[in-house]
Amino acid sequence: MPVTKSDSISVRSAGEVVGVRHLVRRWAVELGLSLVEQTKIVTAASELARNMIDYGGGGTMTAEALDDGIRKGLRLIFEDHGPGIPDLQAALRDGFTTGGGMGLGLGGAKRLSNEFDVKSAPGEGTRVTIVRWKGAS
Amino acid sequence: MQSIPILKMGSFLLVSIQVDMDDRTAMSLQDDLTSAIVKHRAKGVLIDISSLDVVDSFIGRMLANTAAMARILDADTVVVGMQPSVAITLVELGLSLKGVRSALNVERGMELLQSIARQNLAEADEADAGHEK
Repeated sequence: MPVTKSDSISVRSAGEVVGVRHLVRRWAVELGLSLVEQTKIVTAASELARNMIDYGGGGTMTAEALDDGIRKGLRLIFEDHGPGIPDLQAALRDGFTTGGGMGLGLGGAKRLSNEFDVKSAPGEGTRVTIVRWKGAS
Repeated sequence: MQSIPILKMGSFLLVSIQVDMDDRTAMSLQDDLTSAIVKHRAKGVLIDISSLDVVDSFIGRMLANTAAMARILDADTVVVGMQPSVAITLVELGLSLKGVRSALNVERGMELLQSIARQNLAEADEADAGHEK
C-alpha cells in the first residue's frame, strides 16, 4: 500500500491527546474523509492515545496517508513500550479495564475503524494499527 | 489549561463548551460546575456542546459524572446541541450517556429544565398538602 505522507508525534501526557486529535482531524480533512468518517477516526485516535498514556507509559503515534490509486485512507499506528496486554481477548471486550476507565477504548476504537490490528508482547509493549478508508462507511 | 465560563440565568446555570478540552480542563469544569450549583443553589444545568466536534469516552464520562453529581445536589442537567456525527460516533464507541438528559438546542434545553422545575415544584406542593391532612 503506497504511503503518500507520513508523520510521527510523541504522546506522553494527557494534555497531548488534544494535539493527537487535531493532527488526525487535519489529515482526515486533507484526505477528503466525510464528517462522520473524520469524527470516527479522531475519536478512535483519542481513545488509543489515552490508552498509551494510561497503560503504556506514553508512546508514539504515526499517521500515514494511503493512496493505492483507487482509494484513499488514513492509517494510524500507536506504539508504546509499556508492559503489554497479557490477555488481548479480554482487553477487546467492552467494560474490561484495569485502569479505572470505562473499558471502551480498544473495542470502541475497533468498531470505529475499517481495519484494526493489535500486537502485544508482555514486557515489550503494544502496537495498535487502525485504518479508515474514504467512502467505506 | 483553559477555564470555561459558567453563566447564571435565574435558577439555572449555562455552560457553552467552545474549545477542544484537554483532560484537565474537563475535570476542572466538572469541579467548577458542582461548586457553582451549591453556591448559586441552582436547580438546573444546561451544557451546550454544539461546538464540540469530538466527544471521546473521557469527555462523555465527564458529562455523565457531572449530571450524576448535579442530581445528588438537587439539580437537573441537560446536554444540548450534540452534532449528528458526534452522536453516531458515540453510539458506535459504546457510550450511551445513560442518565444524561438531552435536547436539540439551547432553547429546547431551557424549556426542558423549566418543565422539570415546575414538575418538581408541583410534586413538592403535593407532598406538603399530604402532610397537612
